[in-house]
Amino acid sequence: MTDFHKGLLAVNEELSPALTAISALNTCGAESFLQQEIPGRKTEAWKYTSLFNLTSNEEGYGRLAEKHSAAGLDGISTIPALDAQRLVFVNGQYSEELSSNSDLKNVVRFSQANETQQQIIADNLGTALEQEKHIFGALNNAISKDGVLVHIEKNEQLKTNIQITHITTPDAKPFTVASRLLIVLETGANATVVEHFASNDAEQNCFVNAITEAKVGANARLNHYRLQLMQEGSIQIGGVHVDLDRDANYDSFQLGLGAKIVRNDINVNHNIGGSHCELKGVYLPQNKQLIDFHSNMEHKVANCTTNEVFRGIMADKSKAVFNGRIHIHADAQKTLAELSNKNLLLSDDATINTKPELEIYADDVRCAHGATIAQLDEQARFYLQSRGISAAEADVMLSFGFINELLENLELDPIRNLIRPILAQRFGRDEELMKHIG
Amino acid sequence: MLTIKDLKASVEDKEILKGLNLDIKPGEIHAIMGPNGAGKSTLGNVLSGREGYEVTNGSAELEGTDLLDMDAEERARLGLFLAFQYPVEIPGVSNLEFLKASVDSVRAAQGKDPLDSVSFLKLAREKCKLVNLDQSFLKRGVNEGFSGGEKKRNEIMQMMLLEPKICILDETDSGLDIDALQVVAEGVNSLRDPNRSFIVVTHYQRLLDYIVPDYVHVLANGKIVKSGGKELALELEEKGYGWLEDAAENGAG
Repeated sequence: MTDFHKGLLAVNEELSPALTAISALNTCGAESFLQQEIPGRKTEAWKYTSLFNLTSNEEGYGRLAEKHSAAGLDGISTIPALDAQRLVFVNGQYSEELSSNSDLKNVVRFSQANETQQQIIADNLGTALEQEKHIFGALNNAISKDGVLVHIEKNEQLKTNIQITHITTPDAKPFTVASRLLIVLETGANATVVEHFASNDAEQNCFVNAITEAKVGANARLNHYRLQLMQEGSIQIGGVHVDLDRDANYDSFQLGLGAKIVRNDINVNHNIGGSHCELKGVYLPQNKQLIDFHSNMEHKVANCTTNEVFRGIMADKSKAVFNGRIHIHADAQKTLAELSNKNLLLSDDATINTKPELEIYADDVRCAHGATIAQLDEQARFYLQSRGISAAEADVMLSFGFINELLENLELDPIRNLIRPILAQRFGRDEELMKHIG
Repeated sequence: MLTIKDLKASVEDKEILKGLNLDIKPGEIHAIMGPNGAGKSTLGNVLSGREGYEVTNGSAELEGTDLLDMDAEERARLGLFLAFQYPVEIPGVSNLEFLKASVDSVRAAQGKDPLDSVSFLKLAREKCKLVNLDQSFLKRGVNEGFSGGEKKRNEIMQMMLLEPKICILDETDSGLDIDALQVVAEGVNSLRDPNRSFIVVTHYQRLLDYIVPDYVHVLANGKIVKSGGKELALELEEKGYGWLEDAAENGAG
């Protein structure tokens, strides 16, 4: 056992698992975690993403937070105008004060689950995540003591949204937050789940290990937002693992904005047939941030479709990594899969490593991919200037437009209204330049 | 209003404008016609300040102010407007935001306060109506998915909002059907003013039935080779440009 492994598993000494199902998961997670080496430069999936900031911290992250105060956080925990069943956690611990008090019909903490819900957890937890392929998934299996279940009954069309918010604040020593979300949609169900990671403005010192599993039933539709809006000091490594049943729909928007290191593995399994995945994502690192999205679409069977669009803008000395893998198995005939990744570099010191990765073993499929790295369009800039708009403001408008294209199609207006001004600020650091956007 | 003297300009070391003279007085409409490759679009691009065009000689002054040393946005703020031959699509930037940013910039240069959002929206809607564009176009990305005619009408709408002193229409009629052409022409005619001048660059005489010019110039081989009244356009329609191009090459222009 290396210090790295030992350090991260140390949190296990502080809490006991809330359910027997979790206890079993902890055991097999720890076993798997210990078998996997620390990802380094030679690990293909981690080639461009250094964990130095995680591993080099002298005090280590292997403890839970002592402070869980909700004071002053209510402005962060709510999303204006979003009608939601809301659970809020501060530094990993449930905050009754910040959560919505009534009508938590479809969302429950594992520790509060009734017998039926416990059964659902036991049947589904850990089944979409392949822990032997994801070391931080294995870690989450090993150290999660509680979690959140979202369960939507057969044919239920959920009108309210579900919001799970994790807020972090700095603590005396660096600490770990293990967050686990399990979303189960039964046949024909329809729901919108907003995962929201935020922090107060102070310099953060946490490591958030957040894993989401979604089991989308036959003909069901999950609309999933995952917004990472933490302050830059934190580290967040985790991902989303989705199993799609027959004719299921997974429609997702991912935003990577905060943290010193962000690494998200998004894994979608087309398991039965007729399912569709619509995955949109935006990453905007600045200063010395690193944001890494690794997506993997597993087309295991015929007649499934994927449309994946990621866009990023890298500023200052930041770096982004995008790896979009589409794996079309031999039986997955008639697959339609499209992947687009466009990037803008705003500074000479910014970096993007992008790689579309198609592995196709079936012969009757349509699969398109494209990755571009560009500067702003000169034609568009001249067009704006020819209308009296300064070059500096034109650049801000065009950069924002590049991302805004993806925001325009978001179904939930409150989400767009939440993130548009935050994004606008990234481009127009000068108030004068951002008055026409946002 | 606009005085151009012995203007020479090159693109990638190739000389396109080879000594162009033009004097436009307030309120006048000048049509510039000519064969493909004569330098018609280059003239609009050079005057509006597009990068990649090198002015090697001559001057261009708007009401006595030298344009050629200015950035594109400064020229626009001074009152120069180019209606693009190929308006640019900018997805993600809404037409309304773009128009507001543009009008605010030009107003600021004139020492006027920006319009508040409500007044601006009202104004933009009025102009939409005048060029027969549905209001929904204000919410869409700039020119995004617009048809050819819609793009050109959007150009005219911008012109109406900015109320420039000198408008250059670069082949605004190309590819338009007769209905769209009429809308565009009506828009231009509604802006005619004793203090506003137009340069209408076109390949076809048809547009000039609707926007009646005071002068017609033929641009060939980088120079104005012949000038006349509106009847010259009809003569060109009949005879083509060949006879003038030959004359230009023989140095008889």
